[in-house]
Amino acid sequence: MSAGLNPIAFVTRTRRQGRIDITDVLSWVWLIGGTLAVLIPVVWAGLSSLKPAAEITRFPPTFLPRAAVQQTVPGYEAPLSLWKVTIDGQQREMAMVRRIGLKAQMVDPKQPGPPVSVDVRDMSAVQRLTVATENYSDPLTRFDFLTFLKNSVFVTFVATLLTLIVNALAAFALSKYRFRGEKAIFVLIISTLMIPLTVVMVPAYLVVVGVGLVDNLWGIIIPTVASPTGVFLLRQYMLTIPDELIEAARVDAASEFRIFWRIILPLTAPALAVLAIFSVLWRWNDFLWPLIVLSSRDNFTLQVGLNAFQGEFSVQWHYILAMTFLSLLPVTLVFLFLQKYITTGIAGTGMK
Amino acid sequence: MGNLKLENVSKAFGALTVLHDINLAIEDGKFVVFVGPSGCGKSTLLRIIAGLEDISAGGIEIGGRDVVQLSPAERKIAMVFQSYALYPHMSVRKNLAFGLENLRFKRSEIDARIMEAARMLAIEPYLDRKPRQLSGGQRQRVAIGRAIVRNPDIFLFDEPLSNLDAALRVQTRAEITRLHREIKTTMIYVTHDQVEAMTMADQIVVLNGGRIEQVGSPLELFDNPRNLFVAGFLGSPRMNMLKGKVAAIGEAGVTIDAGFGSPLTAEIDPASTKMGQAVLAGVRPAHFTLADKGLPFIAQYYESLGTETYVYGTLEGQTEQIIIHRTGHFAPGTGERLFITPAAGRMHVFDPETGLALPRAVEQRSVAHEHA
Amino acid sequence: MSTLRLPQIGERALDLVMGIVEAPINGLERLMGRKRMPYLFLAPNLVLFGIFTFLPIAIAVGYAFTGGTELFVSDRPFVGFDNFRQLLECEDYLRPGSCRESLFWTAIWNTLWFVAFNVTATLLVALVTALILNRAIAARGFFRAIFFYPVLLSPVVIGLIWKWFLDRNGLLNALLQMLGVPPEIFLLEVGWSRFFVVVVSVWFHMGFYTLILLAGLQAIPRDLYEAAAIDAASPRRTLLRITLPLLGPNLMVVLILLMIRSVQIFDEAWVLTNGGGPGTANSFIVQYIYQMAFGSDLRLFGLASAASVLMGLVLLALTLVQLRLGRKMES
Repeated sequence: MSAGLNPIAFVTRTRRQGRIDITDVLSWVWLIGGTLAVLIPVVWAGLSSLKPAAEITRFPPTFLPRAAVQQTVPGYEAPLSLWKVTIDGQQREMAMVRRIGLKAQMVDPKQPGPPVSVDVRDMSAVQRLTVATENYSDPLTRFDFLTFLKNSVFVTFVATLLTLIVNALAAFALSKYRFRGEKAIFVLIISTLMIPLTVVMVPAYLVVVGVGLVDNLWGIIIPTVASPTGVFLLRQYMLTIPDELIEAARVDAASEFRIFWRIILPLTAPALAVLAIFSVLWRWNDFLWPLIVLSSRDNFTLQVGLNAFQGEFSVQWHYILAMTFLSLLPVTLVFLFLQKYITTGIAGTGMK
Repeated sequence: MGNLKLENVSKAFGALTVLHDINLAIEDGKFVVFVGPSGCGKSTLLRIIAGLEDISAGGIEIGGRDVVQLSPAERKIAMVFQSYALYPHMSVRKNLAFGLENLRFKRSEIDARIMEAARMLAIEPYLDRKPRQLSGGQRQRVAIGRAIVRNPDIFLFDEPLSNLDAALRVQTRAEITRLHREIKTTMIYVTHDQVEAMTMADQIVVLNGGRIEQVGSPLELFDNPRNLFVAGFLGSPRMNMLKGKVAAIGEAGVTIDAGFGSPLTAEIDPASTKMGQAVLAGVRPAHFTLADKGLPFIAQYYESLGTETYVYGTLEGQTEQIIIHRTGHFAPGTGERLFITPAAGRMHVFDPETGLALPRAVEQRSVAHEHA
Repeated sequence: MSTLRLPQIGERALDLVMGIVEAPINGLERLMGRKRMPYLFLAPNLVLFGIFTFLPIAIAVGYAFTGGTELFVSDRPFVGFDNFRQLLECEDYLRPGSCRESLFWTAIWNTLWFVAFNVTATLLVALVTALILNRAIAARGFFRAIFFYPVLLSPVVIGLIWKWFLDRNGLLNALLQMLGVPPEIFLLEVGWSRFFVVVVSVWFHMGFYTLILLAGLQAIPRDLYEAAAIDAASPRRTLLRITLPLLGPNLMVVLILLMIRSVQIFDEAWVLTNGGGPGTANSFIVQYIYQMAFGSDLRLFGLASAASVLMGLVLLALTLVQLRLGRKMES
């Protein structure tokens, strides 16, 4: 079984204990290469978001965030930048007073005497690891970032809550009752899975205008609440709850709505959790629909806001990346803690 | 008041009629068992009484009230389900309390009733556990407890023992009977197990194909099955059926010729038959006795249960299986010929056309005392 | 009586709230009867679907046959098939410049090329990754999670992260410089920008398809492979005769799903390419619809809707194929 470099053998062979062959090596190369491909752009953006404005566009870039070190020197009002200087074959750290052509005027920061003139080719900037926290604090305080964040949190939270309630109610009706039109309604709801937003966005916008929700956060919450995926997922789960439990509750004098919230909802918790996670991700990441519905800056969600920022601050990458990272953080946290739920949920339902 | 009256109750699912014109009256305080093969409609009938299914036609009264339009809760019934249907996310205590909370009972009353039921069923130690932490038998008790706290007019049991193992089933059977004696409330119990029916019931309702075949006390049904179905369904092993003809009609009974030059005497009303009519003579295995002459029985094999023995075989030259019962040890050889005769007065005679039993000559005669 | 613990207080509070919510609903139950309650439970969902999904579908058709820039259908003049004619009139479909609505045809061709490359690349990468992860490989869960991570990110975030990675002063150029390759402004060059739109799309979505294919692979019974091993089947034959045929239905579903989603490419490409640049090199169908309707006050709702209807028909056809395959898979 010497498969050699046969690419088919490489992807199909199952590893045997205690032997490492070329197919294993290639598998690991693929997986590690893929891991790097996924992580590098994200990590790079993360590291860059910590760099000060002056450093971020330096080319070739440094790996870690660094910045020129400045120091206040007695006798000089403004802080001076520190440089490594070679004078008479001796390395010293000096502060630059001014620069004229190829010559720079330097003083010793510890014993400031009269400036000495140094050739710029003999000096290099002193840099230290510096985290530019202002990249994060500025957007939070000076720009509208906090408004966007607040809007996104509001939309995500309210839409998810409503999504759970509205779809769980519908799923309850479709899984635990026999009534006229049941099949037709189920097919009708599931058929909307086939109609992507992109196809109906123009008339959907008209409807939102018609009900007076244009440029309003409710205009992006309400149209997304009824979710065929949600109904389907919850219904499938509720079908596994024995009907006898509901009959027992009816004998126990529970009203239908009480059966829903005291019996069905608690027992559907795992499916509700999956739907909640999805809903949070959908709403948090939503872009095209908010882009259409929201027009004033006060109502922008994070995604629309970020898009607007990148148009306005096209060169201020330190701000853009910091805000990108802030908006990516909750999703990453959700993923780290609920990874199992999400992957099994998707593998089980084939939805996203 | 826990008396129940069903009048001309019918139930159809679409084109399929599962209950035909059921009429039944149950007195307060009785333990009534609905028994029948699967698909006979017994569970549907129970669910109709509970109010979990609508009826297509007819009327239902509980304690003199028309309950057709009432919800299960308003009918003052409680039900123990086959799967127990305990709410899995609630503790035992909450399971018991749920129904009472829904009816807006006072907290103190709820607690008192739970303690009372828990004491009666010996489930106090489990009150704060979840159902999944309980054994099958414990769950069963909780399910019964949930019915008891409601203090209903009628208890409904839907095959409640079918999920228990054999030993536990016997024990729980006795406990339910004891419970009934203690609280004296009407209980309606559905089962397909004739042993449960025979041992527990005051009154058995035998159902088949959506119709009531016979209603009566266990021994009435055992001794005087109204038709072939009831005769075959109750009693284990089943009743033997011998083909024969009416050979003579006398004052005290009728003589049936089943071949082998060995006429059988049946105490049936002479007016109910005529000479030469083809009949089926039913004899339970235990009601055959060995004799010097009689029907020739060829033993094929036997099952020894220690205190009793069942011998399986055929009548000589025939193919239909005949089972006879002997107490104690008994070991006939394969192919051994025995002569058997029905015990006096223990033969049932049926009309094979209608399936109905021919009436006894002395209808009032009670044979109950003769049973060991 | 024991003192109340915190969860109990929460429970009591919830009971109180639900008690208030439930009162009117229970009243309705008494009024309408138990049997009609499912309709009540369905009502919120159906009303929302009706208003925001079914009504728009009906209006879309109305829009497609009307002109002008008014928003409300009743204010718009009926123009018959004019919108469709404007979209479809063309001397030579291969040269978008010769078409009346050249932007539409540019978008169509861009989309077709994107779909072709994106579907092929995503399918290959996802299949190879799934096959590798399906081997008894250590840390499978870790890799599955890593590849899946981008799926959860927002398209805007992904657009921005990659834009920075591909920047003139970005990491890719720095790495290339180390290899002695001169820096390139990738996103301002037609070929490179198209290439990277596909790369980013594969990067974004492959984890999702990997997961679906992996689920399919893991549903193939192990003993089939053991039987094949006993029959001395080569790895190549095992793949061609066992794995791929049994994975076939999953592959078809993934293929169609990928096509449906690829046709609707918008968000990440829009952010990455600053709205379809350079020029119209990355202008896709959805972007065309968006711009006609909402971009720079054009308000050509009729034209946008006509294009939507055309795209909807294509998607519908793809979905029907998918459903048919799904049914075949079940039987």
